[in-house]
Amino acid sequence: MTQIAVTVNGTRREADVEPRTLLVYFLREQLGLTGTNVGCDTSSCGACTVHLDGESVKSCTLLAVQADGREVTTIEALAGADGTLHPLQDAFHRHHGLQCGYCTPGMLMAAASYLKENPTPTEAEVRESLEGNLCRCTGYQNIVESILDAAGQMSGAKA
Amino acid sequence: MIPAPFDYTRAGSVQEAISLLGADPDAKVLAGGHSLLPAMRLRIARPTMLVDIGRLTDLSYVRQDGDRIAVGALTRHHDVANAEVLQQLCPIVAHAAGQIGDPQVRHMGTIGGSVAHGDPAGDLPAVLLALDAEFVAEGPTGTRTVAAADFFTSLFETALAPDEILTEIRVPKANAGWSFIKFQRRAQDWAVVGVSAVRSNGGVHVALTNMGLTPLRATGVEEAVTGGADPATAATHADEGTAPPSDAFGSAGYRRELVKVLVRRALEEASA
Amino acid sequence: MATTEQYVGRSILRKEDAKLIEGQGTFIDNQSMAGMVWMELVRPPYVHAKVDSVDVSKASNMPGVIGVLTAADLDDAFPAGLPMVWPITEDIKIPTHWPLTKDVIRFAGDAVAVVIAESRAQAEDAAEEVVVEATERPVVLDLEEAAKDQVVLHEDLGTNVVVHWSHGGGGDQTIFDSAPVVVHERYSQPRLIPNAIEARGCLAYGIPAAGEYTLVSATQIPHIARVALSIATGIPQSKLRIIAPDVGGGFGSKLNVYAEEALALALARRLGRPVKWIEDRQENYVATIHGRGVIHDCTLAGTEDGKILGLKFVELADMGAYFQLLTPGIPELGGWVYMGPYDVEAYWYEFTGIMTNATPTDAYRGAGRPEATFVIERLVDAFARRIGKDPAHVRRMNLHPPHADAQTSIMGLQVDSANYEPTFDRALELVEYDQMRKEQAARRESGDAKQIGIGLSSYIEMCGLAPSEILGALRYVAGGWDAAEIECRPFGKVVVRTGTSPHGQGHDTSWSQIVADGLGITPDDVEVLHGDTAVSRLGMDTYGSRSVAVGGEALRQAVEKVKEKARIIAAHELEVSEDDLEWTDGAFRVRGAPDKARTIPDLATSAWHAHSLPKGMEPVLEGTAVYDPPNFTWPAGTHVCVVEVDTETGKTDILRYVAVDDCGAVINPMIVEGQVQGGVAQGIAEALYEEAVYDESGNLMTSSMTQYLIPSAAEIPDMTLDRTETPSTTNALGVKGIAEAGTIASPPAVINAVIDAVSHLGVTDVGKPASPERVWRAIQEATKGSPGVSGGPGGATPGRQEGGAS
Repeated sequence: MTQIAVTVNGTRREADVEPRTLLVYFLREQLGLTGTNVGCDTSSCGACTVHLDGESVKSCTLLAVQADGREVTTIEALAGADGTLHPLQDAFHRHHGLQCGYCTPGMLMAAASYLKENPTPTEAEVRESLEGNLCRCTGYQNIVESILDAAGQMSGAKA
Repeated sequence: MIPAPFDYTRAGSVQEAISLLGADPDAKVLAGGHSLLPAMRLRIARPTMLVDIGRLTDLSYVRQDGDRIAVGALTRHHDVANAEVLQQLCPIVAHAAGQIGDPQVRHMGTIGGSVAHGDPAGDLPAVLLALDAEFVAEGPTGTRTVAAADFFTSLFETALAPDEILTEIRVPKANAGWSFIKFQRRAQDWAVVGVSAVRSNGGVHVALTNMGLTPLRATGVEEAVTGGADPATAATHADEGTAPPSDAFGSAGYRRELVKVLVRRALEEASA
Repeated sequence: MATTEQYVGRSILRKEDAKLIEGQGTFIDNQSMAGMVWMELVRPPYVHAKVDSVDVSKASNMPGVIGVLTAADLDDAFPAGLPMVWPITEDIKIPTHWPLTKDVIRFAGDAVAVVIAESRAQAEDAAEEVVVEATERPVVLDLEEAAKDQVVLHEDLGTNVVVHWSHGGGGDQTIFDSAPVVVHERYSQPRLIPNAIEARGCLAYGIPAAGEYTLVSATQIPHIARVALSIATGIPQSKLRIIAPDVGGGFGSKLNVYAEEALALALARRLGRPVKWIEDRQENYVATIHGRGVIHDCTLAGTEDGKILGLKFVELADMGAYFQLLTPGIPELGGWVYMGPYDVEAYWYEFTGIMTNATPTDAYRGAGRPEATFVIERLVDAFARRIGKDPAHVRRMNLHPPHADAQTSIMGLQVDSANYEPTFDRALELVEYDQMRKEQAARRESGDAKQIGIGLSSYIEMCGLAPSEILGALRYVAGGWDAAEIECRPFGKVVVRTGTSPHGQGHDTSWSQIVADGLGITPDDVEVLHGDTAVSRLGMDTYGSRSVAVGGEALRQAVEKVKEKARIIAAHELEVSEDDLEWTDGAFRVRGAPDKARTIPDLATSAWHAHSLPKGMEPVLEGTAVYDPPNFTWPAGTHVCVVEVDTETGKTDILRYVAVDDCGAVINPMIVEGQVQGGVAQGIAEALYEEAVYDESGNLMTSSMTQYLIPSAAEIPDMTLDRTETPSTTNALGVKGIAEAGTIASPPAVINAVIDAVSHLGVTDVGKPASPERVWRAIQEATKGSPGVSGGPGGATPGRQEGGAS
């Protein structure tokens, strides 16, 4: 067992973990944050995407010990503390950007990270930015629309 | 899909990592983990210990160093892709780093990890081979520099000793003309075949991805270009000396023909 | 809240989204219980082998291990094997399918033992230590090889050729010999792996002393699973509850009853502890059903000017190593649509089902109909090329004439309604067909390395499964009805219990719209419950684009029953006769005095407190309907794809994709569009990217998502969609179904486009999927007379498994 302290969604969490514990299972099983899903086991599908120090990573290809001393943000903290949806969450809802919803937390976290790097992307750039997130339901069209809409909302709000 | 048990140590310095590796022949270095952890989850790789060098942040840098650009081994692909000094002085490296995997992978994976993995399908090894990059390795007896031509020794094998750690990659300025073509099925995939071409002193250096057990220099092509051949003629030599794999992405025979098309296009783009 | 607003036909935003966008879904892996243990199956690395011994001694003593059980240990746990519910012929040969194999490993998913441990990691650790000795047998994967019976999977059956089904034909069969033009083609469609992004999983628990058990499972079919798992485990249906929580996609892969579900129940029963199993993706690729895996010999009889006279298809279908729930019935489902939307004089379809050493096949999005549509639409293009006509022209001149009422088709069933030409014309208009042909001609003229191709696909499909009487005639063991219960709570809210079991289709929203309009309330007043056999007692679940056409219509009928009773109460309270009431603006109103009115919320409250009901009336306002459809529904449409093919590398890029579908009336256009977009993406994946590839030893080379190429947003194009509306005559809603249309229509549209792009080079086929290598080879063969190099795709050893970019 290795002792770690990870700031998860703003709260410092200390725990003993086996070194082999993947970050996603630490979040899901030890912290009860089950919003982050596991889809493929090979870091292909992106369902497990969370933010590590503010940037998207695949939590199924990361050991919990690698997150020691760092900040992790999961889908549970994407909305504001007062419950206000993140513009991406709102846009996914308004544009029917989800069907079964299993890939959705990963899509949202990947998009949130990407929009920080590129706040005003083109459609092609949004599509490229989702190369590591697979969805089997939507055909992506409404996901892309959702992200473009949210980008507009977010950059408009800042302007 | 959980790795077999192992011990874990986070190294506080390169020297500590080297001594930990020296003490356990079945220990492995953990950097970004994006090559190692998938293999461990499949239990194909079963190291007894992981030596985590991920916190050696002083190995994350991109800086100009005389006529070379020095890239710290722990610089993430994301940071390599966005490094202005590379974008201006050696753009093929920045460009290729931005083509690796997907954004999440680029946020974790490092240039050193990618190179030390010795994967002939990786994007950066061939780029660095075309550039005649230098690899700086630190071991129990000190530091040495290995030329790219000597670094990649076989499939998933490099010139690094088990207790050596790659600390820096040095590339020349190369912003005259270049081309990086990654022929892939999906954006997130490895290259079926990749071509890196860099103009250099009137000639051109060409290296190939996924055409053998290691990244390969297309010497036949380079010699033809030096001899005055046009891209189409030079490219007919592209598969000489290669031994491409056959897999679900393509047969060896297809790769041999594909590489000729891609090399021709790369030569045209690099000299445009 | 009573309202006069109308909701059906509008893009009401989904009620399902709130929890899913905040990470609060109830997916199976999010569920755990006190005392829970983990199950791991031991699947030895063999494809076909006689099991000589299974040594569990080391594994049993591993940390955290509670038990390691083999088939022999569980002999008394399963009174019967896993059920197959569609014995389509009298003489079908049905292999016994035990949850753990007792003697022979027949495919990579066959398990020989099961580990129970305190944690998932410990279960995985122990499973590695189970020692299996086995004698390998030759592996047979090729259908024609398997049919020779040199290697027989099930010795007791004596053959791999387990079923032959013939449609029996329609029309004058001599036409295939006498027609002026006869086109013969052979098309092969590889196996596909469904890949719901959530793999399977289940959690079984119970009260052993009471004999009561519950299985929470990532399933599309809780109601059917209850019957099937009762048979497999011997737990009476009255003591067995199945719950489908939020399910992360199905596409047919969860329209099944699996070994792991039966094992989890049996072990929960034996151990008295909750047992959880979560499938990892590598297991999913071998242990969850595959789709397709068929070869067709096709014949088209026609005239020189383009009239299609007859269509004939003889199919070989890969069943895999066992039958799963519906395996032999899947090809037959396609057997009713091989005429496509065309008006033909003769029709023939038959298939032979063959066992191979691979994962069982079963329903994968479209189930038989994509296979059928692919071959018809390829064949029509081949015909057009043969006679030198434009494929759009040939299609249009053969479209079946419109009919507003049900009409018997050449294949013997009644098509509910049809109007194909407007759909077809709209698709060509949207894609700018003539303009695209001009651009194609210009590219060809220029000799550019990148050439343009245009591909069409017109389809008809059979949805609304199904009239029970017809299912009976087709030897399916269950019915095709569905059910809905509406419970009007006092003070305004309504609870709906539906027999459908959605997993992404948005039934909560669409069903709320139907009920809101029917009862004069808002969708927010309606709570839709589903996916739990203890909550919605009656149902036949969600598959085959049946939910709205059967479950939705059941719901509409339940609304009518509620209103019948409500009208009596309203008349009583308003002191008028029932005939003096009319339903307008969301309430029962007295004719001529519309202010004298009662809304459903008013009446529900009256019925609940029951202070003053008509004499003899039972309290409470509710209605239940069980609806058995009188016919299938028959959606149709035309899709057009424009591609650019790099003739030097074989790589295809999609430039345009247009889909015009007719699924009858529409409850929620936004949801319908989403279904089409997702279906088309899956079909594009089928056409260009996806196939299960095996090596010569029968090992799956495409064994993870790094090898099996599910496209991302970077590969899938933006699509242009439109619809026409020809109401179904089968149900009063006028709906037909849409969830599979995209997957049915798109593969031939894409492949036809790829071939069209290089047909001027002499290419007539590119294989499926149209990978760069296949397309490149086809060009080489056509232009040089032989392939440029030796060795075909998929016949080589796996180079790389995992790893890569670090």
